[in-house]
Amino acid sequence: MFLKTLLINPSLLIQDTAAIEGDMGMLWMLLSGILVFFMQAGFTLVESGMTSSKNAVNIAMKNLLDICVGSLTYWLVGYSLMYGDTTNGWFFWGGLFQGEGADLFFQTMFAATAATIVSGAIAGRTKFETYAIFTLVMTAVIYPIAGGWQWQGSGWLTNLGFIDFAGSSIVHGVGGFAALVAAYMVGPRIGKYVNGETVPMPGHNQIIATLGVFILWLGWFGFNGGSQLAWGGDDAVGASTVVLVTNLAAAAGALGALITSWLYLKKSNLSMSLNGALAGLVSITAGCGNMTAGGAVMAGLIGGIIVVFSIEFIEKKLKIDDAIGAVSVHGIAGFWGTIVIGLWGVDGDTGIGLFNGGGASQFIAQLTGAVAYMVWAIVLSFIVFSALKYTIGLRVTEEEEIRGLDISEHGSIAYPGKRDRE
Amino acid sequence: MKKIEAIIRKSKFDQVKEALHNVEVNFFSYWDVTGVGNEKEGHVYRGISYSTSEIQRRYLSIVVNDDFVQPTLDAIIKSAATDKVGDGKIFILPVEETYRIRTGEKGGKSLN
Repeated sequence: MFLKTLLINPSLLIQDTAAIEGDMGMLWMLLSGILVFFMQAGFTLVESGMTSSKNAVNIAMKNLLDICVGSLTYWLVGYSLMYGDTTNGWFFWGGLFQGEGADLFFQTMFAATAATIVSGAIAGRTKFETYAIFTLVMTAVIYPIAGGWQWQGSGWLTNLGFIDFAGSSIVHGVGGFAALVAAYMVGPRIGKYVNGETVPMPGHNQIIATLGVFILWLGWFGFNGGSQLAWGGDDAVGASTVVLVTNLAAAAGALGALITSWLYLKKSNLSMSLNGALAGLVSITAGCGNMTAGGAVMAGLIGGIIVVFSIEFIEKKLKIDDAIGAVSVHGIAGFWGTIVIGLWGVDGDTGIGLFNGGGASQFIAQLTGAVAYMVWAIVLSFIVFSALKYTIGLRVTEEEEIRGLDISEHGSIAYPGKRDRE
Repeated sequence: MKKIEAIIRKSKFDQVKEALHNVEVNFFSYWDVTGVGNEKEGHVYRGISYSTSEIQRRYLSIVVNDDFVQPTLDAIIKSAATDKVGDGKIFILPVEETYRIRTGEKGGKSLN
């Protein structure tokens, strides 16, 4: 009887922001969720392409793991922590096994995206079990609670007027800043910082990294477009605009990073440009429902420029080894994407930003949310990684790291035939 | 002049390179090889464990003047050893003549 009560029917949940109207709405959610699922493939390719071939199997394992663990934990508790009907505005709960159908499917994919961001930053030296436990906590607790503050409908950030359409802060900020804590606490890869010098550790296949970015770009049309959460009439127009501005921001971000790397680093650089495209996408993720096309281009462009400098700063000045720039692409660009709404965002035809006649109130709301998510991610990640550090440990041994995690952790190699890769 | 060929662990390469620089040996070529030997490596594929004696190593080819042979040997042996089976081997071969392509110099001078 008790168990039956726990498996409550979803009509008890308040889900203003997750109501799916009719068949078309449900179809759009499903298709979008399927696109977001495919982003897992994108992350796998980007992360493995930008890191050593001796760790490629490990990257694949971590990316496989987080969609699998995430799907199950989000079904078990995550959805409930995010959309439950308690009324305090900070922590929601509605019993175990909440959510169903297209809605649960769609939201699960978002949780998995937040978790997978961390794996790239700490590639090449992190114990698999450690990552597994962190992913579990991220998808079961850290991400859902963060999401509830804005997307449950009665969360404290919603009440402040904070806007984050598809999760620049909720997904990418949280993931990116968790990655920052992770990379800092796990420490740099052996040979990264030698005698005060920063040693470049190039990836092993920039073509699969490029393919990965294109797949992420594709998936993002579902990530942002699906966050309209409905289809038909105004919603169809709205979702279409969201998809359009998503593309514009990605293109602007890639060009922004390309030109910046050309001027600042002397050559137009592929991996910087790829990160720029991703930064552009992250930069529009919060505001895709509240930007003009021109505003989206500016948001993406500036995000792409910021990411070049951010990657350099974190790698060389802070000496934190973020193997693929995840902190910059998701955390820093996520922060930017959140506050840019407060600079030139629109609500229909009305400007709500500092620079287009909306005054400071939206900007303050955006800043509050961006900072709140940054702090939440940092504090929770710090707690989890500290607990892991003092129990099972964070890193593999030196010998395991030098041999490569593919052999050490998984007993197999990614490229058995060709062995002279980086 | 002698050619010193060394098969070393890839993970020891940076240390060996530094040790060679320290004894003023700054010119050599290297490539990655697969070989068979006494060390065995365990793999698992689709649940089946197997060991293979096909191992990855790095092959260095260093040509030096005679008075550099002993310091080079000492440097390599000291920096490449791990006391475990599979540390590698060194071979010494005589070299008849050496040239610098850019200037046409030959003999010991061309190795500096």
